[in-house]
Amino acid sequence: MIDEALAKATEPFTFDANAMAYWRAAAQGRLVLGYCSSCNRAHHYPRKLCPYCLGPADRIDASGSGVIYSYTIMRRASPQRVLAFVTLDEDVTVMSHIVGADGDALAIGQRVAFEPLRFSDDAAVPVFRPVTDPQAD
Amino acid sequence: MSASNAAFIVGAFEHPARKAPDITTPDLHAQCAAGALADAGLSVSDVDGYFCAGDAPGLGPLSMVGHLGLHVRYLDTTETGGSAPLIHVAHAAQAIALGKCDVALVTLAGRPRSDPPSGRLDILAPELPYERPYAPDLVSLYALVAKRHMHEFGTTAEQLAWIKVAASHHAQHNPHAMLPKVVTVQDVVESAMIADPLHKLDCCVVSDGGGAVIVARPEIARSLSRPLVKVRGAGAHVKAMSGGALDLTFSGSVHSGRQAFHEAGISPADIDYASIYDSFTITLLMQLEDLGFCERGAGGRFVEDGGLISGSGRLAVNTDGGGLCNNHPSNRGGITKVIEAVRQLRGEAHPAVQVPDCALALANGTGGMLPTRHGSATLIMERV
Repeated sequence: MIDEALAKATEPFTFDANAMAYWRAAAQGRLVLGYCSSCNRAHHYPRKLCPYCLGPADRIDASGSGVIYSYTIMRRASPQRVLAFVTLDEDVTVMSHIVGADGDALAIGQRVAFEPLRFSDDAAVPVFRPVTDPQAD
Repeated sequence: MSASNAAFIVGAFEHPARKAPDITTPDLHAQCAAGALADAGLSVSDVDGYFCAGDAPGLGPLSMVGHLGLHVRYLDTTETGGSAPLIHVAHAAQAIALGKCDVALVTLAGRPRSDPPSGRLDILAPELPYERPYAPDLVSLYALVAKRHMHEFGTTAEQLAWIKVAASHHAQHNPHAMLPKVVTVQDVVESAMIADPLHKLDCCVVSDGGGAVIVARPEIARSLSRPLVKVRGAGAHVKAMSGGALDLTFSGSVHSGRQAFHEAGISPADIDYASIYDSFTITLLMQLEDLGFCERGAGGRFVEDGGLISGSGRLAVNTDGGGLCNNHPSNRGGITKVIEAVRQLRGEAHPAVQVPDCALALANGTGGMLPTRHGSATLIMERV
């Protein structure tokens, strides 16, 4: 399913080679981070040069797992959205949406997992869904 | 080179309009320039330095120098959003210290209320593809900061509300304030939730208008008939997400404040009055902590129970009513922060909010977006 609103929001940036590579990977189920082997450190968003040393940067696939660092329910948006910062297990924080959950039931620190939200046949933006803690039962 | 003691703010003018459907933005800049020059007792031919940011239409100074009829030998277009005018004043002081100009004009104006921004993006900004698809609006971005602050430090919605309450207590005395009605903590927390935990009354106004300030060489300042307001210290810092190492518990004001206090050779306890950027209640709270007016995490306790109300609180803050109640022209609050500090130092604030014998004032701003990237600027001024 294609998200029409998202297609419109991403349209101005589709000429950006970095962004398109990121979105195509997401559609394939991969959350891509930049990575610098000199710093031994991941970064978001991916780019040619490491933002910590300006040396050449590579790309890695993230685990796709993280925790909610902060979130807000955008009450005036239609439909309402949950905007969040998610700190990935690679210790990199990204802006995203939390999907598949009642915003009022969320909490900072809650574990979430990456999933793609498609805006075209071959491109998606990463969003996150709360994961059920198997030990919580 | 230090700008400390090298320059004086000799003119300040806040445009009285809060809605200006029939005035163009360039003409608002011109009216602000004329107002500040009249306040100083100078004429446009005295100006030899001009400072503006992205709110200036066209190609910034290329359009505005001609529109204002200036003949300048020094220009600065430093752009850090709403905090830019504070940096302009600091840079003007540096330029004056170096002999690059004698009289510097800083203008800010815009009409976001009459002519809402089109949503046009700078599509070259590298971060936008990774943020724009999530449609974050300003309120939701600042809400992310507030939510984290509450999580880390136990800050409450009621404490944030006290910031708005204090602003409204001041605004009732300002005949130009957009929202002059006194509100209560209950009014704030019962106003519509916009983006949790920020309510409608946690947000600043959207207003047309603008302001201008004139910075001049000491010899010129002393030749004029206005009280002397010296630029004593300044600092600037950009805090950005960079590679995704995000900590939302502080702003760049930690660094800009440290620089400014060091340059001024004073400490936060010496400050008699503070103008602190209040795009949202959380914005102000965080800067209080970052500037050292209280410990990190203690901002909520500092502002509650009227902590920011002039005369009865811990520190008189935003006695014009601030962005929360008075004015936030062009969606940029920096110039009004300088202007009210100048009023306080001159003893020209409203008598109901004037800090007695106000000798040292601070103005602070965080322009841009607090969580993702912002430019912090601190300015310390002294009446001499």
